[in-house]
Amino acid sequence: MTKQTALFDYLLRQADDTLILGQRLSEWCGHGPVLEEDIALTNIALDVIGQATELYEYAAQVENNGRSADDLAFLRLEREYKNVLLVEQTNGDFGKTMVRQFLFDNFQLLHYTQLLNSADAQVAAIAEKSLKEVKYHLKHSAEWIIRLGDGTEESHNRVQESVNELMRFADELFFKNEVNEVLLSEGVIGNIEDFKQQYYQNVNKILLEATLTIPELKYHQKGGRIGNHSEQMGFLLAEMQYMQRTYPGMEW
Amino acid sequence: MSNKEWPLWEVFIRSKQGLSHKHAGSLRASDAEMAINNARDVYTRRSEGISIWVIESNKITASDPADADSLFDPSNTKVYRHPTFYDVPDGIEHM
Repeated sequence: MTKQTALFDYLLRQADDTLILGQRLSEWCGHGPVLEEDIALTNIALDVIGQATELYEYAAQVENNGRSADDLAFLRLEREYKNVLLVEQTNGDFGKTMVRQFLFDNFQLLHYTQLLNSADAQVAAIAEKSLKEVKYHLKHSAEWIIRLGDGTEESHNRVQESVNELMRFADELFFKNEVNEVLLSEGVIGNIEDFKQQYYQNVNKILLEATLTIPELKYHQKGGRIGNHSEQMGFLLAEMQYMQRTYPGMEW
Repeated sequence: MSNKEWPLWEVFIRSKQGLSHKHAGSLRASDAEMAINNARDVYTRRSEGISIWVIESNKITASDPADADSLFDPSNTKVYRHPTFYDVPDGIEHM
């Protein structure tokens, strides 16, 4: 595998993670529990879609095959999306959205921090810019986990249920294959496993502070990174791709 | 489910020009930390500021409009409190 193929694939993973999460978060627009939170969720959606834009643009440049960032974002088939299963999970209640966000934010923080040392200047620059946003996202989601977990009996039970449901998707964030090996040897990325322990430490610390129980997992759910998505992914893409597929090349 | 509304907070933003904090508006939040986060999201998303203050609205003591006569009118007749008896030299800005 060439470095170019590997880099393209790796960029798509991160781009798809952020785009699909952004699409999910934007579903909250106009439906937030309170006005302030509605705006917060929309801001975070725009932040991650902004990250996706930069990643797709660089991916298109790396691929150098005439495809634009928009083509990559909107005109691929379901099996070609490489996002982790976690980010495509439905919003559920506000607590579930926060748990999903919290598990993802924790990963992004450590991942982007590691990528600051990338030998690829563009990757390092994207990481640096995104980190500022991610720090806020994590502060926001972690505070909500604590508030809901250590809140009323109902909020505690509901957020615990979401933790039990979503924890099994966290492990896929640490997916590794040949792509990682190639990029690791070129110094473009670090070893993702180096911060896996730290990740679970950080996550568990907040869960305990929120008086939540850390679920004991018998298995991890994975497949998104190799294109095997959960059933809700098709519906998400249908909505997200509708405009570009109906009016190809449309602009506004 | 509890339907009790969160307390109201007043938000003050210091803009980039380095002026003092100015009242930007109000919002609801369950605690100070959430109020800061919400203020960041609601009032600074177009880079309006570099510093945020929040205070619970019920902590503010306001003057009573009914007292306006005794509070403010007396100063109307004291023109000597205004520095209007000086000629400002040419070239002095920001007066």
